[in-house]
Amino acid sequence: MIRAFIAIGFRELFRRKAELLLTFAVPIAFFSIFALIFGGQGSSTPDIEIAVVDLDDSETSRKVIELMKAEGALDVQMGPLDEAGDRLDLEAARALVRDGDVSLAVVLLPGFGERVPSFFGGPDEDAVLMLRDPADPIAGNVVGGLLQKIVMSGLPERMAERGLERMDDLVGALTPEQEKRKDEVMGFIRQGFDREPAEGEEGAARSPDAGSPVRARIEDVTGDGKPSGMISYYAAAIAVMFLLFSASGAGGTLLEEEQNGTLERLLTTRVTMTTLLLGKGAFLVTMGVIQITIMFLWGALVFGLDLFSHLAGFAVMTSLTALAASAFGLLLATMCRSRAQLAGVSTIVILSMSALGGSMFPRFLMSEAMQAAGLATFNAWALEGYLKVFWRGAPLVDLWPQALVLLGITTAFFLLARQFARRWETV
Amino acid sequence: MTALHVESARKRFGDREALAGVDLEVAEGEFLMLLGPNGAGKTTLVRAVTGRVRLDAGRVCVFGRDLGPRDTREGLGLVPQEIALYGDLTPRENLRAFGRFLGLDEARIRTRTEELLGWINLADRADEPARGFSGGMKRRLNIACGVIHAPKLVLLDEPTVGVDPQSRERIYDMLDELRADGTAIVMTTHQLEEIESRCDRIAIIDEGRRVAAGTLGDLLAEAGLRDREVTFSLARPLAEAPAEFRVEEGGRRLVARCERVVEALPVLSSELDRLGAEVTDLAVRAPGLHDLFLELTGKELRE
Repeated sequence: MIRAFIAIGFRELFRRKAELLLTFAVPIAFFSIFALIFGGQGSSTPDIEIAVVDLDDSETSRKVIELMKAEGALDVQMGPLDEAGDRLDLEAARALVRDGDVSLAVVLLPGFGERVPSFFGGPDEDAVLMLRDPADPIAGNVVGGLLQKIVMSGLPERMAERGLERMDDLVGALTPEQEKRKDEVMGFIRQGFDREPAEGEEGAARSPDAGSPVRARIEDVTGDGKPSGMISYYAAAIAVMFLLFSASGAGGTLLEEEQNGTLERLLTTRVTMTTLLLGKGAFLVTMGVIQITIMFLWGALVFGLDLFSHLAGFAVMTSLTALAASAFGLLLATMCRSRAQLAGVSTIVILSMSALGGSMFPRFLMSEAMQAAGLATFNAWALEGYLKVFWRGAPLVDLWPQALVLLGITTAFFLLARQFARRWETV
Repeated sequence: MTALHVESARKRFGDREALAGVDLEVAEGEFLMLLGPNGAGKTTLVRAVTGRVRLDAGRVCVFGRDLGPRDTREGLGLVPQEIALYGDLTPRENLRAFGRFLGLDEARIRTRTEELLGWINLADRADEPARGFSGGMKRRLNIACGVIHAPKLVLLDEPTVGVDPQSRERIYDMLDELRADGTAIVMTTHQLEEIESRCDRIAIIDEGRRVAAGTLGDLLAEAGLRDREVTFSLARPLAEAPAEFRVEEGGRRLVARCERVVEALPVLSSELDRLGAEVTDLAVRAPGLHDLFLELTGKELRE
């Protein structure tokens, strides 16, 4: 008897293709997407793009920059220096971070060479200023750690010199015998000055602070320095993902109307297929705008998201996103033959797009290949637009690439949906 | 002027010929019953009239206007077989929606909505979602949504499916009222006996062709169906039934056909008496639509 139930269960499952897909294919698809995102398929984590400003211009600062460039995990930009022979200045670096061209700018402050490394509560002055994009909180910590490592393993001579200087300060002058030995050791260290750091040599992998060899100060260039940076990111990320779900669900009423005969009836009235799709689309857009607005209002009320200083940008991005999502909902609905099929297909497509497009995990933390793949999703474009508005405080005109892509997606999806809807027209 | 004129309508879906040259004529204010076995082409014909099917050949005229699939069908209303309503909307909201789809202005929508809510007896439940209504109530609302623009020709496809007899009667009364207002009605149905006395003419379609059209009396006469059917129910079967009877139910029912019942009945009774039959009941039935249909198509209506 129990065997009969098992047999019935499997027969039913194999005859319901959408359910079958959800049961077996979706988990595999998701496993693969997340494996690609987090596993990086051997390409490891992406290089962190940083800009370096050398305000010290000392032998030590130049050496540190060379070592930073040699560091595999860093992609160092010196800005216009290469082309125009101009030095990247503080403001230019700040602009690079603000515009999202680099995740971080490392400014080697005047006196860097003198202050690095600092030991045991030395002079209370910062050697480095890090201009950070709070969109990428990890970059600051990673670069800070790498900087410690570079100084500790790449500048052994300066480490020893500064260490001995501090010892002089703290315990007094050395005896002649100690001075002689010190010179021998320093000679030995200088000989090894240019050697490559040995395998496995690890720096101080901790955040720069007063007790570290490199004292650094961090400045958030975007996000108004508020701690709610990630909140606006996730408000947009989650809103876009659920907008897609609600758009495809609401688009599914078309299939319901087909099944219960309402669609046939509507098409015998003055309603044409184009009017019908435009009408449904208009509803989806309105619903989408309300849905995103509620999400951001909640973010503003409960999590301190700064919605009201960015209303114009918010309005533009929300309209564009809702337009694209509505066309997406219509396209899925017109492509599918039944609501069950729509449920299966939309779950796969939306979750994949959301994972790739940054609704689940910030794109800037993904490998470059995955970031590029993400551009095929409209989540990525919508989120980038919201980031520009809320984090970078970009002017409206800067939203043109997102506007262009999202409007293009809207048009293409709508035209495709109209094409698929031809099957319901006069035969 | 004719309300509907269909001439040599042909439509082929792949290998199947759904309409093989159908002609149909409906006069203004006339009630025509469109009959045919399942798959005969009724729905295709209705869809061609509403513009949902593009004919391969032939023409459709509504009130003298030749109509292609894309032309607006002024004065034509459709009540589909499905309860094609917005279940989450109330009757008032449904009527308003269909009023808009049919191009009525706001003032007209308001007036017609109130009129129709009374007509379908749903004024007191006008603001409840239709989803929770009984089958009969939904059917009435389904009809109202198809006639909100007061069309002069209404096509009704099985408007009483799944409805109890009492609700069916109410729907037939509504159709009578439409007709009284001068509306022409074309209706497909399986409820032959209930509707045969209410319609003016009958058209029967089979295998994509019109096989008969006319009043019931004319059609019965044309088909030679004049005989009445006389059925005797017996307490016990006879050892051998007389030749003029057809035996049913293992001999417990004997059926004979005769043109003039008054003359034939005494003869049949005395014959049964002579054989010692104990007659418990007697029924006389005139030939009807069911017999006509069977005669013309060789099929039961539901085949």
